Amino acid sequence: MATIMATLRNPQDFTTCPDTGLNINKPVANLVKIHILTAVMMLLAGGILGLGVALTRWPAVHLLPSEWFYIFLTGHGAAVLLFWVHIFSVGIAYFFVTTPINARLATPKIAWLSYWLMLIGAAIATVMVLLGQATVMFSAYPPLKAHPLFYLGVILFAVGALVPAFLVLATLVKAKNERTFKGSMPLTTFGVLIWAIIAIFTWVMGAVIMIPTWLWSMGLIANIDPQLYRVIFWALAHSTQQMNIVLHITIWYTLAAVLFGARPLNEKVSRTAFVLYLFALQLGSVHHLLSDPGTSFTWRTFNTSYAAYLAVLGSLIHGLTVPGGIELAQRRRGLTHGLFEWLRKAPWDNPIFSGFFLSLILFGFIGGISGVTMSNQQINMTVHNTFYVPAHFHGTVATGTTLAFIAFSYWIVPLVTRRKLAYPGLAKMSTWIFGLGMGTFALFGMAAGHLGVPRRHWDITYADAALPFDFSAMAHMIMTVAEIGAVIGGFGALFYIISILSTLLGGKVLAKGALPALAEPAGLVAARMHGGTEPQHKGLEVPGSLVLCMVLLVFLIVYYFAQYKYLATIWGIS
Amino acid sequence: MSYTSLQPIPQRHWWRLRVGPDEKIWITAAYAWCLVMLVWMVGWFFLGNQNQVGNAYRVTIDGFTAKMDQMVEKYQLKDASGSLMSEGDNDIPVVQVPVGGNVFIAARQFEFPVIPVLELGKTYVFHLSSQDVDHGFSLLPINVNLQLLPGYDYVLRFTPNKTGVYRLTCNEYCGLGHHTMTGKLYVIDTANKIVLDGKGGITGGGA
Ligand code: HEM
Ligand SMILES: [Cu+2]
Ligand SMILES: [Cu+2]
Repeated sequence: MATIMATLRNPQDFTTCPDTGLNINKPVANLVKIHILTAVMMLLAGGILGLGVALTRWPAVHLLPSEWFYIFLTGHGAAVLLFWVHIFSVGIAYFFVTTPINARLATPKIAWLSYWLMLIGAAIATVMVLLGQATVMFSAYPPLKAHPLFYLGVILFAVGALVPAFLVLATLVKAKNERTFKGSMPLTTFGVLIWAIIAIFTWVMGAVIMIPTWLWSMGLIANIDPQLYRVIFWALAHSTQQMNIVLHITIWYTLAAVLFGARPLNEKVSRTAFVLYLFALQLGSVHHLLSDPGTSFTWRTFNTSYAAYLAVLGSLIHGLTVPGGIELAQRRRGLTHGLFEWLRKAPWDNPIFSGFFLSLILFGFIGGISGVTMSNQQINMTVHNTFYVPAHFHGTVATGTTLAFIAFSYWIVPLVTRRKLAYPGLAKMSTWIFGLGMGTFALFGMAAGHLGVPRRHWDITYADAALPFDFSAMAHMIMTVAEIGAVIGGFGALFYIISILSTLLGGKVLAKGALPALAEPAGLVAARMHGGTEPQHKGLEVPGSLVLCMVLLVFLIVYYFAQYKYLATIWGIS
Repeated sequence: MSYTSLQPIPQRHWWRLRVGPDEKIWITAAYAWCLVMLVWMVGWFFLGNQNQVGNAYRVTIDGFTAKMDQMVEKYQLKDASGSLMSEGDNDIPVVQVPVGGNVFIAARQFEFPVIPVLELGKTYVFHLSSQDVDHGFSLLPINVNLQLLPGYDYVLRFTPNKTGVYRLTCNEYCGLGHHTMTGKLYVIDTANKIVLDGKGGITGGGA
């Protein structure tokens, strides 16, 4: 490794991990710790609110009264989708933009400023929600109106989240000037660069829509056009999903590297796949508006084809190259038997690996297939705003992003704290329980959506409705299974929270040179793995991964046409 | 010369390295599928019968609601005894416009204020909007879901292909009474004597 790492400039600003040889900028270590700690608290809060929601939508339990249900649901959406995901993201972005290239973070003070802005913004918004002053869901579509402080909290949070994007850029410039590394920047740093560019677009959109809405809530602006709001809101909210994807894919590549010494099959392909996300940027967000009045056929088609497919293509490419990188490394290590020996003999009892690989599979098969299908114009009207929608995005943002974050925590927290992971037994169970629970929620939730069960709804028995009716026994049963899955998933999240919080707050400090538990074989084994091997990937070397991908494609194709087959049987609509 | 995704790439000109056949196969297959979806989606627009594109016009809430009220005034059905038909605690009028006519639905917190009656196989022009906040128009059991926005007239032509009592549920959160917001729709077939039974259902024709 020494051959390619430039000598460390300013070594006093770094600690070197005796296990991995990674150099960690001291202020970054603290920032990573505080961001993960805060994010995990948000997940705890959001998880409790989510449990309340799940236990209410479980028909036989129906826990909360209606008003609290909607308060919990708004709080859950904000706490996990905004606060947990983005605070965690910012923390690890600081890691990815420094450690792999031996850089120091530009202006850590401003990073702390951003942290406090996010925290204060999140606190204000959460308090307003819990006080019942902002029961408008995280999407807050006007003319539904919340207390002005709710919008102010969201704005502060967005500004706080915007700052790190510029810090990423500044750090790269500084590293370039200080020549902290030779050659081209690592793939993971490149991933975070893309994340930062998308983040700038995203949070600027946030300002464009939230500031006028805030003014409107105080009566300073007369009117917010409901359709325009939805267009700009989704330019913001869809792009945040794009940020999540970029970052969790960066995590996938990282964990493939630290567990297997893997690298992309081809740098050009993997980087291009990242760049595709940039081209697809806000245009792809139109898939949220396919059943809205104010969008034309041409606009929808352009945005759901050209734009969406670029992003879809990007994800499909990573879908091959991430497992492909592992397969290649494993095969070179001698696990060449059959199509899947490389996968069977992977460290399945290591939560870093199980979380990572489950996230890859569930994101692709559940989140990916449902997402691509529902972004087709006509199919969209058979699922829009049904339970299918939350089911789909728990497939992406819960079993995809969140599970990747969970797996990554088990690696990075011991790394930056030099503490032994606490409760490794809970950690080992957490990835499976969270993945399988949330996966069940997503799959059965999709089924409920196909039956028309609405999202964000307190009572599908319509006991208080003027024109009462009820869903079939089948629909109630499917909802029951889905919500049991959600509750189980909640326990997985809880195990994770216990393990990580205990590590952060009171884990046993590792002796110098001791390997952090569970990170075995976390050493950057690249030297061993790839030493002397030809860098170029030739021939058909990753047949197993290719087969996995083809299976996904076949599922997608069958499911897709099944939807159109159903569509052909219903009323004419034009 | 070793590195992983966590280290800088030492080789210069890495972008000239050839792409392996596995990646080429996959990218080609994935891209081909994207093109198939594009062609299918556009093809369905021109050849398929289910497209929610329609037209949309900006309207004023008052103007739109007035149109709905006029429709009710003119076309509310009467029962055998001659009194106006309505259903539910809040007396939602049952309305049958002439075949091919305009059906206005101005949803509001927390009701769909008309119950339309449609003839099987005939086309009606629906105008969907809201009097206050965003609402969802979820037509069950066929599971057609559309977004209603105040100030926008979403114009779609519906051609029912099955008789029955259909239900509406709001599936966009619209306030604390969201879960009480339901609606109803009848599809009858007068030619085959499938008609309203006057008790909230339909009758005749073996139905
Ligand atoms: C910890 C375990 C979790 C449980 C038990 C849970 C459960 C639920 C349930 C039951 C709903 C209600 C759907 C509806 O009625 O419309 C929901 C909505 C939602 N969940 Fe989760 N979830 C969990 C984790 C997550 C995670 C990790 C994320 C994102 C990172 C997430 C994001 C959301 C969002 C954005 C909504 C939609 C809120 C809205 O409609 O405004 N959830 N969740
Ligand atoms: Cu989206
Ligand atoms: Cu509603």
